[in-house]
Order: sequence, then structure tokens, then C-alpha cells
Amino acid sequence: MDILDIIGSALKAGLRPETAYISLAAIGLNIHFGYTGLLNFGQAGFMAVGAYGLAIPVFAFEASLWVGLACGITASVIFALLLGYPTLRLRADYLAIVTIAAAEIFRFIVRATGLREITGGSNGINGFSSGFYEANPYTSSVGFELGFLDFNYTAREAWVMTVGWGIVLTGIAFTYFAINSPWGRVLKSVREDEDAVRSLGKNAYSFKMQSLVIGGVFGAIGGMILALAQGSVQPSPVDLGPTRTFLAYAALIIGGTGKLWGPVAGSFIFISLLSFTDTFIRSAQAEGWIDESFIAPNEVGIARFVILGIALMLLMTFRPQGIFGSKREMALDV
Amino acid sequence: MSRSEAPAEIESKPGATKPDPILKVSGLVRQFGGLKAVDVEHLEIERNKITALIGPNGAGKTTFFNLITGFDQPNAGEWTYNGHPMKALGPHQMAKQGMVRTFQLTKSLSKLTVIENMKLGAANQVGESLGKALLPFTWKKQEAEIERRADALLDRFNMSHMRSEFAASLSGGQRKLLEMARALMAEPEIVMLDEPMAGVNPALTQELLGHVKELREEGRTIVFVEHDMDVVRDISDWVVVMAQGQIIAEGTHAEIGANQEVIDAYLGRHHDEEMSSDKAQESGTESFSQSEPDENSGLEKESNDE
Amino acid sequence: MPKLAKNCIAGLALILVLVLSFPIAVLAQSEQAITGTLRVEINEERTPVAGVDISVVQGGEEVGVETTAEDGTFAVTVPGDGAYSVTLNTDSLPEGVTLQADATETLEVRVESGNNKAVIYRLVSGDQGETSAFSDQAGKVARLVSNGVRFGLIMAMCSIGLSLIFGTTQLVNFAHGELVTFGAVMALVLDNGTIPFLVAAALALALAAGFGAANDLVIWRPLRKRGTGLISMMVISIGLSILIRFVILWQVGGDRQAYSKYRIQEGIEIGPLSLTPRDLIAMAISIVVLVAVAYMINKTKFGKAMRAVADNRDLAESSGINVQQVILYVWVLGGLLAGLGGILLGLDQQVRWNMGFDLLLLIFAAVTLGGLGTAYGALVGSLVVGIFIELSTLVVAPELKSVGALMILIIILLVRPQGILGRAERVG
Repeated sequence: MDILDIIGSALKAGLRPETAYISLAAIGLNIHFGYTGLLNFGQAGFMAVGAYGLAIPVFAFEASLWVGLACGITASVIFALLLGYPTLRLRADYLAIVTIAAAEIFRFIVRATGLREITGGSNGINGFSSGFYEANPYTSSVGFELGFLDFNYTAREAWVMTVGWGIVLTGIAFTYFAINSPWGRVLKSVREDEDAVRSLGKNAYSFKMQSLVIGGVFGAIGGMILALAQGSVQPSPVDLGPTRTFLAYAALIIGGTGKLWGPVAGSFIFISLLSFTDTFIRSAQAEGWIDESFIAPNEVGIARFVILGIALMLLMTFRPQGIFGSKREMALDV
Repeated sequence: MSRSEAPAEIESKPGATKPDPILKVSGLVRQFGGLKAVDVEHLEIERNKITALIGPNGAGKTTFFNLITGFDQPNAGEWTYNGHPMKALGPHQMAKQGMVRTFQLTKSLSKLTVIENMKLGAANQVGESLGKALLPFTWKKQEAEIERRADALLDRFNMSHMRSEFAASLSGGQRKLLEMARALMAEPEIVMLDEPMAGVNPALTQELLGHVKELREEGRTIVFVEHDMDVVRDISDWVVVMAQGQIIAEGTHAEIGANQEVIDAYLGRHHDEEMSSDKAQESGTESFSQSEPDENSGLEKESNDE
Repeated sequence: MPKLAKNCIAGLALILVLVLSFPIAVLAQSEQAITGTLRVEINEERTPVAGVDISVVQGGEEVGVETTAEDGTFAVTVPGDGAYSVTLNTDSLPEGVTLQADATETLEVRVESGNNKAVIYRLVSGDQGETSAFSDQAGKVARLVSNGVRFGLIMAMCSIGLSLIFGTTQLVNFAHGELVTFGAVMALVLDNGTIPFLVAAALALALAAGFGAANDLVIWRPLRKRGTGLISMMVISIGLSILIRFVILWQVGGDRQAYSKYRIQEGIEIGPLSLTPRDLIAMAISIVVLVAVAYMINKTKFGKAMRAVADNRDLAESSGINVQQVILYVWVLGGLLAGLGGILLGLDQQVRWNMGFDLLLLIFAAVTLGGLGTAYGALVGSLVVGIFIELSTLVVAPELKSVGALMILIIILLVRPQGILGRAERVG
């Protein structure tokens, strides 16, 4: 086993489309949780709404991808309004409960046999992304090699990455302007103390709703990139289940909640870390260092979830301000 | 140096009518289980005066404040502000109309700087709508004007040197000052201060009292909750006494001091109350649950005394 | 199905559906499938039944759906060895054809050693089919209500712990479902043939109680001491949930597994209902335990201390109650109840690594409906949710029944956020 190769492939994975769409989901969560203090535990639901919103018009109604894009965004706005209306007047935990439940319910519904004509049932939807790949300007693989670093990506991957990372940068720019405006000041104040905001004549409920919608739309766009990158939408728990939401949370917390680049830095670090452990365990098995009775080959995939769980617990306990957080922020958190 | 500027024609009795009331409350009731926390038959607040709302802990002062500022819903009752009925409005709508409050446990926004705290107070910043927020040229000029006002207020409250500090790093007394200054950014017509002097050291207390008087000079109306009669003496034009949710007396400070009912209900236990409340204040961070033990320790005290 | 069964006359023409194990291996090299052929005897001739939907589910996730071909055959490919449940969608049966009265639409099968698995459905031609005991609507409703009560009682045991923990610590524990799974899985692991199942179950309960205590001692008590905020704690509980869930998956695998005992039992007919002794005993145990818990909360010193802590922690502390100890006992109780719920659920639906997490959604609906923090609320909410989701299958497909739970959740938040039995909160 060559540790440098494993590091190289981990860094390569860190730029893959998966990191781009996790970044987008985490940018949304940063607006929710980092800036407004909203606990959205159903970001995967927003991703699913975006992904299906994109795929269904193409699959079931033979519309263009642009129609799908509009549908996905509209659907995510409606989803946010539906979830926010009953919960945003209540304590923070109600939003968490309702969002995690609604995200799972959405997945149950699209999986239903009765909707197979529209959603593809448990098989999901394939073949809606051809229009996207027809527009691919790359004809061969793109990238470079530098020592043990190999950043070569297939033409298909490179195209998704170009679009995905382009949207991520747009999202960062949006966050920058929105948060550094008086609007963003109110959001941050809602996070600190809603009642203070109300006592100064600002409708905290309305600002929370705006935040929920906008963060949700970022999640939905992340879901669309996921759908395009995979060329399919699957109602599987791995793709669009709760663990997806918490992967984005872990990424956000690593990078730092309420920090502009937190979601992107965190996603890169976390996805690279997961890829590293994955490859490391597989190589260790190949070398015979890890006995198959301890971790069977088909159990390697479980490792990333175990790491996810541990990471969430340790980060939230010891470094809630993210791994780049300063001492000054540490003092404020107490 | 007791000063009473209240016109002589106002009767010193609960529910007295005033010549120019800015706020009129009638039949206001709030129940928690079987307990009537607030049961105010009638109360008028005179315009451009400093009115003190006093009473022992657990008398319902803060609940009364929460009700008329929209932070809690009454079981019954009406109240008008400048003649407009307020019951159906939310707290932010009331604030927009010019009725701004502060809180007993300060609600400074810890992870925002002092100047950002101040700027939040400003009303009608167009950049607070998302559409305009993304176009800085639509709000930059207004923002500069707001910042100038904020700096002037910070200067007046002797807090300019704290301008860029996080609010979390302020002392309890400084937070009280910040909260009051922030409320003024909203250009309120009536300022409702919930125990502005609690937990503030004596030197700062004098400063705070001075600021409260200035507000009246500017033409504003001030209502503040206080449990310490001595603080009230210096600055209040009118004193309203609450006990067990009801208004038991109204009058100038001198009249209240002579009122036997008030002395029975309140002044006799006054010293103990003050101590228990201060202790609660010191230990109290902004957590929401901690506003309760304050009242409870007060209740406990009462039963101990009996 | 009922509309078809309604016009059943006494008759015969019973039929067998036969199943042929197609040597699919010839077609697909290593692919495994669940296969079969649907036939029904009409006028003494065995006719293939086409256009019927057969779905295969593993661990709550649908593996595939196929429709029977013109010759009545179907083959649903599956990812590999393991336990699957195969469901025949009775709505897709042609007019006049029904399942035989004593047959169920869902079959639990095990695909082994790389082979295909054949399943058999017995169909009858409806005109002459046997009258089913459950054929009429009222009977069906009664059966659903009884299922709902049974499930609701099990859910109540899982919900009460969550609600009490919330009441005493304000923590919404997203890892509560894992307490349920833990109990069920421990019973499964101990039930390895060397000790009787009941002993294994009792040991598992002790472990579940200990696990609840460990949760508090290792994680939550230190976090409370650190002064970690409630929102951070909720995220930590999610992390814990994921960690436990996937460690369990790693250790016991992804299949549904059954306990060695009480797997198959004959039903006892009670009016329109058919309940197995297992169901009856499970319900009896649930009721006894719930009554005991109610007694404990109301009458014992611990119960009073717990209510005092829930009411006002600082006041309880200042009046000499050892708050940390009370919270620890609440966790022990929560772990015990959730573990028992898990074992009963495992007897009913088999044991699976994510059974608790799937249940968590329904638990949330139940405790919100009843009022977060109140034990009776959790009980009432669980029964209502249990019955409601079962009855909802009268109008929606069974796979969508938990959608009803979410609707309950949202409606209750709109109408009465403190729940049926909860108290309105005091502001400020």
C-alpha cells in the first residue's frame, strides 16, 4: 500500500462533484443554522425535492431540463413554506422534528409503487440528463498530474464539476452580499435573540421564513447537481436519506458555522477524509492487515457513517466553532 | 430631592384618568393555571412623563410588560396606544408604531459587535428587504446615516470605546446601557424599560438615571419597572404600585410613600426582596428558563417571611 | 379486494397457483431473483394471470417491482442472499380473482446460497371463492384497529422514555430510536440457543437499562456540566444515533432476523379478529408495564421527584432533590422501556438494524400529538397515531401509511402546538 497514493486519491475525491453538491447543501445549512440559528434536519428532503423536480418533468412529461430546473426550485420554495408555516413560530426543536420527518416522508412518497409512472417508484428515474451531457464542451479527460497527485477527471465528471463548482462560487458570492447587508444583520440577530429583534420592530418570523426558503433552494440545487452527476435519481437512504443531511452538517461544522467559506472548506476536508479512510481500509484488507472477520469487504462502506457519527459528536462537543475557529470565538461560545 | 411634576388634578387612586394618556389599559387579565398573574382593571400612562411601575417580585410587573408589548397574550382585556387598539398586533408591529421595550435579562446580541447591535435598532432600513440587500447602492447612504446616529448615541452613553467589541464581552451594566441606546435607535415615542437598574453598579446607576431623564426632555414617554423604591424617588413623575397582579395604588412618590396599603403589601419586605433579586440577577445569564427562578425565589421569600 | 370478495358465493373451484423455479441462472450469470408464476383455475383449467404487480422489499427499502407476464411468470432480481418480503398487490389482480382466504399478500422469504427463490401465491376465482371471515368492511376496520392498538402500545413504551427525557432535560433525543434497536438486537444476540428466549430477553432488558444509564453518564451528564447548549446537544444526539445505528449494522448485518421462538403461531379467532397468543401476550405485557409506569410517576417518591425536576429544575434542586440522579434514573427507565418496546416489536416484525430509527418518526408524531414532556401525552399520542396509520391504509397504500403520521404532526402544530395534554408555555 502506498500512503501517498491514498492521500492523492483522497484529495482528488475532494474536488469531485460529490463535494460540490455537499457544499451547496452545506451553504444552505449555513444560512439556516450558521446565520439564522434554524435547525433544519431535513436538508436531504430539499435535495430530493430539487432532484425530483428536475427529473420528473423530463422523465414523465418530456419537458426540457430548463423546465425541470424551474420546477425543482419552485417545488423547494413551496416545500420550505409548508414546513416553515407551522413550525417557525414555535421552539427550535419543532422545526428539527418536522423537517427530518418531512424529508423521509417525501422519500416514501416518491418511492410508492402507485407513482411509478411519474417518479419511477423504487427504481428512481434515469435518462433525464442526456440534454445536460450533450452540452458538455469537454471531449476528453481534463486535468493534470503532479507527483503523487493525480487530478485527472473524465470529461463527464469535469463538466459536472465545472457547473457544480461554478454554482458553489455563485452561492458563496450570494451569501457574502446577503449576509453583509442590513438583511444579513437581522438574520444574525435572530440567531442571537429573536425577542430582541421583535422588540426593535422587525418581523422575526418573516426573516426566518426567508432564510428557510433561501437555504432550502441551495439544498435543492445541490440535489439537482447530485442527480446530474449520477445521471439518475434514487429514493435510497444513502442518496437522499437523513444521513445525507448530516453529512452536510458535519461538513459545515468542520468548516465553521456562520463562516463564509465554512461549507466549502468543510466539505472538501470531510469528503477527502471519508475517501481516505475508505481507500485505506480497502488497501489494508488487501495487504491482510485487517481480518475479514473484523471488517468484511461489503462492510467497508459502513465506516464512513461511523466516522460521520463520531465527527458530529466530537465537533459539536469540542469545536463547535469549526476547526479553524479562533480562541476568541471559543471564549464567546462559553 | 423628590420632584413631582404631575398635575394636581390627577387623583391618587388606582385607575385614575389622566389629561393626556398615551397608553390606556382596561380589563387586562393573564392567568397561569389557577393563578391570575395580571389582573389590571384600568391604567392610563401620561404622555411625556416618567412613570415607575413598582411592586414586589412576583407582583406581575414583567408579565404586564410582556402583555402590553405583545410578547405574551392576555386571557382578556384591551389596550390602546395613541387611541389605536393594540391587542391584535404582534410585538414587532407595536415596536414599529413607536412602543419599544427593553428586557429584565438583557438581550444583547452576543456575537454581534456593539455598533452592529446599535444599527439593528434603526427602523426602515431599506436594505433589510432581501431584494435590496443584494444591491448595496440602494442602502449604503442610509446605512452611513444610521451609523452616524449610532455613533452619536454611543458617544452620549459613553460607550464609543466599546464600538467594535462583541456584545458578549460587555459587563452586565454596559449591556443595560447598550440595550437602552439600541432601543433609542428606533426613535420610540414611548420607551418601556424592564428593571433597567437591576444588577448595575451604583456609579453606572446614576448615569442610567441621567439618561432616562434626558429622554423625557426629548419629549418621550418612559415607563419603567423597578422593585426598589429608592431608585424610583429621584426620577419618577408618577408611581404605579402592583401587587399580586393588581394595581393597588397610584400617585406621586410622596403619596405612595405615605400609603398604608403599599407599606403593608410591599415596603415592609422591601429590603429582603432587593437582596434576593440581585442574587438572581448576578447568576442569570440570558437563558430563558432563568427568568422563572427569579419570580419563584421572590415567592419563596414571601412565604419565609410569613 | 373487499369489493371482489363481497360477491363471493359458496363454491369451490379452488386453485393452486404453481410456481416454477425458472433457471434464470442461464440468462443472467450471477443474478439472483425471486420468481414465480401466477395461475388460477377457472372452469377446471389453469389460466395464467397477467398484469399483477409483485414488489420485493428488504429492510424497509423496495428492491424491485415486476408485473407478471402473459404466461403469469415474474422474476424480481435481488441484490444477493438475504431476507426479503414479497408483496402481491391485490389491487392489480384482475376482476374476479382474489387471494385464497387464508393466504396473505406479503410473504417473508430468504434467498440463499446464490439460488433463485420461488414463491407461491394461491389464487381463487372470486365468483366461487370461499367467504372470508374478514371480507366485510367492518371486519377489516376492526382488524386494523386491533393492529393499531397493538402497535400503539408498543410505540407508547418507546415514546414515554423520549418524553420523560425531554421533560427533565429539555433534550429532544434523536438517538432514542437506537435505544429501541439496542434492546431488540441484544435479545437477538443472546437468543443463540444456549439459553431460553425469555432469559435472553430479560438479560437484554437489563442491558438496555444499562445502556440508557451509559448514555447519560458517558455523554449527556458531562455535556450538561460543560454547559453545552440544547441545539448543540440535538446535533450530538444525531451523531450518536448515526454512530450506534451503523455499528449495529456492522455487527449484525442488514437483514431482517427473527427470534428463535414464537415465530409462527396459529391465530385465535376473537369475533372478526385473529390474534396470535404472541400478540395477546405482547399487548398484556405492554398494558401491565404502562400501568406500572403510571403508578410510579404518580405515587412513588421517584415519580414525584421527576415531576418536580420537569416542572422547575432550579426549584427542585434548591429543595434538596438530587437532580442529576433523577435524570439518570429517567434514562434507565427510558432505556428499559425502549428496549422492551424493541423486543416486542422484534417479535412482531423481526429485528432489523434501523428498526428504531424508522420508528422514531412515528414516536415524534406521537409525543408531539400528546404534548412533549408528558408521559400520558406520549401514551395517548402513541395510541392515536398507531390506530390512525393503520386505518389510513383503508384509503392509501400500506407503504404510505407513515405519511399520515406526518400529517398528524403538522396539523397538531398548527392547531395546538403544546399537544393534546400539554400545557401552554409561559413566556419570558
